[in-house]
Amino acid sequence: MPEIALHLLDLVQNSIQAGAQVVEIILRLDLEGRLTMIIRDDGRGMDDQGAQQALSPFVTSRATRKVGLGIPLTREAAYSTGGSFDLISAPGQGTRVQAVFDTRHIDCPPLGKLADTLAALILGNPEGPDFTIHLSCDGAEEALDTRQMKDTLGPVPINDPDVALWLTSVLHDMANHTLGGIIS
Amino acid sequence: MKSLAELEQIRKQTLERINLRREDKGSEVRVVVGMATCGIAAGARNVMMAFMTEASKRKLSHVTISQTGCIGTCRFEPMADVFIPGQDKVTYVNLDERKAARIVSEHIVNGNPVKEFTITNQDLAQEKGNAQ
Repeated sequence: MPEIALHLLDLVQNSIQAGAQVVEIILRLDLEGRLTMIIRDDGRGMDDQGAQQALSPFVTSRATRKVGLGIPLTREAAYSTGGSFDLISAPGQGTRVQAVFDTRHIDCPPLGKLADTLAALILGNPEGPDFTIHLSCDGAEEALDTRQMKDTLGPVPINDPDVALWLTSVLHDMANHTLGGIIS
Repeated sequence: MKSLAELEQIRKQTLERINLRREDKGSEVRVVVGMATCGIAAGARNVMMAFMTEASKRKLSHVTISQTGCIGTCRFEPMADVFIPGQDKVTYVNLDERKAARIVSEHIVNGNPVKEFTITNQDLAQEKGNAQ
């Protein structure tokens, strides 16, 4: 994956597949250039064996093909920057994935189109889970909660064209305000 | 969240249009983009955003763009299915942003599928067979 944002997109797909009601996405950049990405869902979760298998490129829970590369790809990308990767999951308790990237490492992929990624997730899953998004860097903080949006919108769907344009521009502002320094 | 007031404004403006659309449920057009690891790696996010931006710019509120998982023929990603009521599903393969914009204007707005980007169900079934 050529962007950290695409790893994020891929990991959140797992949360959606796991039947999550709410997916929490946290991106935090510290002053040393370490980017911590946390995705926490309240989906069905996995037992220890399932969690082990999720880290193997040769296991997938889907039927259409026999390999599942998503999680191992992200882990390798994080490791290759000298970062870390942790997956915590339990049946009925949801899953929490944390990847840390050293954005100053030469092998670190660019953050990429974060705002578009978040917009695609929210707008592409109008009947899917709700999302809470927290972006922060050295005191600059932005948050968005789709439940709040839906409360405000009432009967207007979140993927209505005008709402979609508004949301995309809000996400761009949020990303630039907090992580603008590493958005290339 | 900073501009919920703006959203409230959009809600008011949109509500009337929405009510009109409700009465016309049979005209809903659906675009479904494959967004598993394979699709994402091949560029599905940009394709999906191109569909959305194009539909939003043209105010096509009867068009829903959503995502699905792996369709099973990763070689052809990014892929998308277009469903128009009363017509056969059209599957597009090897998409990019430029192709997505053409599909919106030529197929969804003007009703002419962009044949050069499509794949037949027969070819798709054969490819799936080979993959398994």
